[in-house]
Amino acid sequence: MQKALLIDPGKCTGCRQCEMACSFEKEGVFNPAKSRIRVFDFHTEARFVPYTCTQCEQAWCKTACPVGAITLDARTGAKIVHDNHCVGCKVCTIACPFGTVNYNVDTGKVVKCDLCGGNPACATACPTNAITYIDAEQTGYERMRAWAAKTDNAPVVA
Amino acid sequence: MRYVIVGAGPAGVVAAETIRKLDADGTITLIGDEPEPPYSRMAIPYYLVGKIGEEGTHLRHDPDHFRNLRIDHVQRRVTRVDPNSNTVVLDDGRHLQYNQLLIATGASPIRPPIPGLDLPGVHTCWTLADARRIAELATPGSHVVLMGAGFVGTIVLEALAMRDVELTVVEMGDRMVPRMMDETAGNMLRNWCEAKGVHVRTGTRITSIHPAGNKEEEDKPGILSRLIDAVTPAGTEDGAKPEDGLRVELSNGETLAAHLVVVSAGVKPNIGFLEGSGLAVDQGILVDDHLRTNHPGIYAAGDVCQGRDIMSREFHVHAIQPTATEHGRVAAYNMTGHEMAFVGSLNMNVLDTLGLISSSFGVWEGKGGQSVRLVDEERWRYLRLEFEEDRLVGAQSVGMTENIGALRGLIQTGVPLGEWKDVLLAQPQRFMEAYVGRIQG
Repeated sequence: MQKALLIDPGKCTGCRQCEMACSFEKEGVFNPAKSRIRVFDFHTEARFVPYTCTQCEQAWCKTACPVGAITLDARTGAKIVHDNHCVGCKVCTIACPFGTVNYNVDTGKVVKCDLCGGNPACATACPTNAITYIDAEQTGYERMRAWAAKTDNAPVVA
Repeated sequence: MRYVIVGAGPAGVVAAETIRKLDADGTITLIGDEPEPPYSRMAIPYYLVGKIGEEGTHLRHDPDHFRNLRIDHVQRRVTRVDPNSNTVVLDDGRHLQYNQLLIATGASPIRPPIPGLDLPGVHTCWTLADARRIAELATPGSHVVLMGAGFVGTIVLEALAMRDVELTVVEMGDRMVPRMMDETAGNMLRNWCEAKGVHVRTGTRITSIHPAGNKEEEDKPGILSRLIDAVTPAGTEDGAKPEDGLRVELSNGETLAAHLVVVSAGVKPNIGFLEGSGLAVDQGILVDDHLRTNHPGIYAAGDVCQGRDIMSREFHVHAIQPTATEHGRVAAYNMTGHEMAFVGSLNMNVLDTLGLISSSFGVWEGKGGQSVRLVDEERWRYLRLEFEEDRLVGAQSVGMTENIGALRGLIQTGVPLGEWKDVLLAQPQRFMEAYVGRIQG
């Protein structure tokens, strides 16, 4: 059964443990600026929203990559950037309509969420279960995927 | 079912792969006229700076990729399409039958009618073969003149500058990347390039190119001018090096000595071979909202295709990678009988100019609606957003890369911004928050 990140903003307290965990897991430092998940603080509404790649079906980043540097991990469904092939052209960063592929100026490569190979550090670190890693069908990502479909060339149902 | 795809660039390759996903049994022939595995022109600058080898430009890295998908890659040029007999003719005389045909022949560099453009040492930068020749000539310290500072020219500019050549770029527009960004952004790029030692001439044309020897015969410099030569800056004609085989005349009266001239004066769709085929063409091949041409069973995709622009709803050639691959995918669905409408492509570009990263999306020049600009020249940052009512219709940025794709999301979904519009008018850099806020709101 494929899993996905389920994000429940209602449970998020804005502690940013997820950002710290992601940064440490992926970059080896505790630096929220290097995190691939980001908590948005809508302070006028007293609301926090963690946000990262939905591993969308359309895979804009993967399709747009001119050198085949982004591939699908069949096991987790994650779209993975291969640093050995990425030339740093940044086309994926403008092609992703979610804004969740970013250029890392230090490495000259792009970075995005890869679900930590099936054990996402953000979900493990979240103390309030605002971020959980569960069976894909149960996630609220359907809504975001519906959003993605607005950008997509969806097949016409015959 | 027999599928023939003419053109082995990103549009053709994505189409071939998608067809195989949708039709396990059809025969797929992918025809390209270059003697390489399918590769990406976009990757050429990275090859030129040595970041990757030639194999790093290949669209797919597994050498058995196409064989495993039973995609037959034929390295020939198609000389003719005959829609009446469902045949394409190759340059070796072979005739190939198709049931469904995709034309994805891309574009070729424009060679402006300038005297001397055919001299040795003058090259376009479009194919891997071009890149090999440029790599030979663009040696450290060599005098290089680049014609054109459009989007492609400016990418080539970076590659040349990183090879430590003495570079002068000549752009006839009033600024760099005039069709991608406004004056503020174009001037920032220019100042940045000049600070990095690149000579930039805007509002200037190359009027002619001559073999260097000619001038010497006409007008042998005397001893006084030789003394003056010693103090003229490198790159001007009088600072010529012995290897500089070319003399480049500019419309501003300047003359530049050059070892290499790189021509980047735009591209035009490859439609010449369709003459007499009856396929309707304008700038590119005309298609409907399913990327079908005026002939049933013939589709077009990529740089050669004049497809729907999502913003204007008109039909334009968008010669960019994301459009090519989206065209390829949608064409494949329709070719295999899975009807899929193409919603239109968004014009967008991202550019890295010696470390200064810029991007533009949609109607970046605006449509007469409200607009906001954040200019911070000291920190090399610029962001301009263009609105129509409470939707974002265009954007451009310099020196900002974080979450930049959300600009595409906001523009292409046309989401009403509601209260976020006022936030963005005051603080345009909060576009990602606006996007997340509207998704989760």
